[in-house]
Amino acid sequence: MGFYQAFKLALKSLAGNKMRAFLTMLGIIIGVAAVIILVSLMQGLTGEVTSIFSDLGTEVLTVTVQSRGATRTVDDKDLYELYEANGEIFSAFSPNVTVSGTVKYANTEYSSTVKGVSEEYMEIEDYELESGRFISYADIEYYQKVCVVGSYLNKEVYNGSAIGKYIKVGGNKLTIVGVLKETDDSSEKSGDDLILLPYSTACKVGKTQISSYSFFVRDTKKITYAEDVIGDYLYGIFKSDDYYMIINMQSLIDQMDEMMNTMTMVLVGIAGISLLVGGIGIMNIMLVSVTERTREIGIRKSLGARRRDIMRQFVIEAGTTSAVGGIIGILLGAAVSILLGNLIGIDATPTLLAVALSAGVSIFIGVLFGYLPASKAAKLNPIDALRYE
Amino acid sequence: MTPIIDLRDIYKIYYMGENEVRAADGVSLKIYKGEFVAIVGQSGSGKSTLMNIIGCLDVPTMGEYYLNGEDVSELDDDEQAYIRNKTLGFIFQQYNLIAKLNVLENVELSLLYAGLSKNKRTELAKHALERVGLSDKLKNYPNQLSGGQQQRVSIARALAGNPSIILADEPTGALDSKTSREVLDFLKKLNDEGNTIVLITHDQSIAAEAKRVVRIRDGKIIYDGDAASAFEKR
Ligand SMILES: Nc1ncnc2c1ncn2[C@@H]1O[C@H](COP(=O)(O)OP(=O)(O)OP(=O)(O)O)[C@@H](O)[C@H]1O
Ligand SMILES: [Mg+2]
Repeated sequence: MGFYQAFKLALKSLAGNKMRAFLTMLGIIIGVAAVIILVSLMQGLTGEVTSIFSDLGTEVLTVTVQSRGATRTVDDKDLYELYEANGEIFSAFSPNVTVSGTVKYANTEYSSTVKGVSEEYMEIEDYELESGRFISYADIEYYQKVCVVGSYLNKEVYNGSAIGKYIKVGGNKLTIVGVLKETDDSSEKSGDDLILLPYSTACKVGKTQISSYSFFVRDTKKITYAEDVIGDYLYGIFKSDDYYMIINMQSLIDQMDEMMNTMTMVLVGIAGISLLVGGIGIMNIMLVSVTERTREIGIRKSLGARRRDIMRQFVIEAGTTSAVGGIIGILLGAAVSILLGNLIGIDATPTLLAVALSAGVSIFIGVLFGYLPASKAAKLNPIDALRYE
Repeated sequence: MTPIIDLRDIYKIYYMGENEVRAADGVSLKIYKGEFVAIVGQSGSGKSTLMNIIGCLDVPTMGEYYLNGEDVSELDDDEQAYIRNKTLGFIFQQYNLIAKLNVLENVELSLLYAGLSKNKRTELAKHALERVGLSDKLKNYPNQLSGGQQQRVSIARALAGNPSIILADEPTGALDSKTSREVLDFLKKLNDEGNTIVLITHDQSIAAEAKRVVRIRDGKIIYDGDAASAFEKR
């Protein structure tokens, strides 16, 4: 008997008892769907977080100093010196100040992000100017009350002509000297809803201190070396690594990737258990089916079916059951992950690999768990099978 | 001339705890090509046991069995399957049709296991069904047919592969006398065409029409001869 014949027979026997076929497949359907959903969501999530981290810059080392309790401290001048002494490693440097004061123009409040930065911050963030100029060294030196705004404020508040206008931050009037090109979608709370001012001015306006320093490295391959250079310098000052922290985006991303992968494996493993249970369900029903069809097996044997003919019929039947279950599971899983992805706002389209893998696994499980009942059927003695009531 | 069926001192013994049941107790039987043999005997005498051994559906506990001159008691499962497929056609009392296959598919089954192509199978199966007069029922399922029609399907199935021996275990057991008659006439016709027929029956009037009658009691042959004297003895 040919493969095709056996396959047709299997489909027929599935169609003949739809309710049972469905219940048999349920385990596989749930298992496959769970694997697809988990893998897709985890991959979507990893992709999303990685892209957020990458946006922060993989060429940037962010240094925070917390010198409370230390005998010595470092300030912006010390780190400027370090930066200038290592011109072959670093191409830009900027202290960062986070300002939390209210942003106001013409009695309307805005929720824009306000940051104090250096004149080189443009290079670090890869910003471009739409019009006007960026913050200059002199602005920092002389605590100038100037600022550069993102495209959101320029468009929404100033109708595209923000240059020369003012904006109030924490009650201080700042003159707008430049407008940045759009980097995001110019909407509120996006990366374009932003105000940059000289870090010196920012400390005064925000009544705060420098929160971190950004070092921009020339060559991302040398980022660990650069990290060591900064680390050595700071350790030399504090004689301890308790007072500072150097954040390397790339190593963060790597760590996170690894963590997400481990988590995906664990989750898929758990989902895999339901595939196993599904396989046992198939085996159970196949055993029942073999018993029910003992007489049929006897008839087939009396007509000249060999062991392998009977074997093939039942293995293919089990394989078909789990394959059909697998396909339903894949469709269900894909639909749910795309839906959930949209809901959370990530791209959770199942990858071809996930689909191929779960399809393969489900057929494999069907064949594996169909094997035992099938060989039981094949070994039946023809006369015993024919006499079976 | 070598016999087509040659049973030599065949035993089939079932052990039921302490007791042993000798369903075949030293049976020797030769059947030649073209014979029409009726096996008769009381219920439980061992007729089916003998038939199943002849049909390679069962293996004897002891003894040798030569089919077409070949020792088949030594063959393995699949080799026996091959012989059933090529040489033997079975007709059972319970028809033994597969309920979820239609008439044509049922008749095609042995041809399927013989490895014939779809076209060839359909052609041979249709021809066999024509011979039993069921050409108009190809797509019917067994439960849509009368008992007599179902038995005719099973005869067509036994015929389809053109086996040299037809084994029928009480083929008329579940049929009324008129339909039994038709089935018997059909078997006689097949015999006239050269097929060897072995038939188990309880019905004296049917056995009386066989060329040769073998009577079994307690697993032993107690009579082997022509039909006329088989029944006057009783
Ligand atoms: N699988 C078995 N296990 C034990 N005993 C068996 C088995 N099969 C048959 N027998 C015994 O062997 C004997 C012969 O059985 P068999 O079926 O050959 O009888 P039979 O002549 O065909 O009877 P009937 O006319 O009722 O069909 C009986 O006594 C039966 O109980
Ligand atoms: Mg019997």
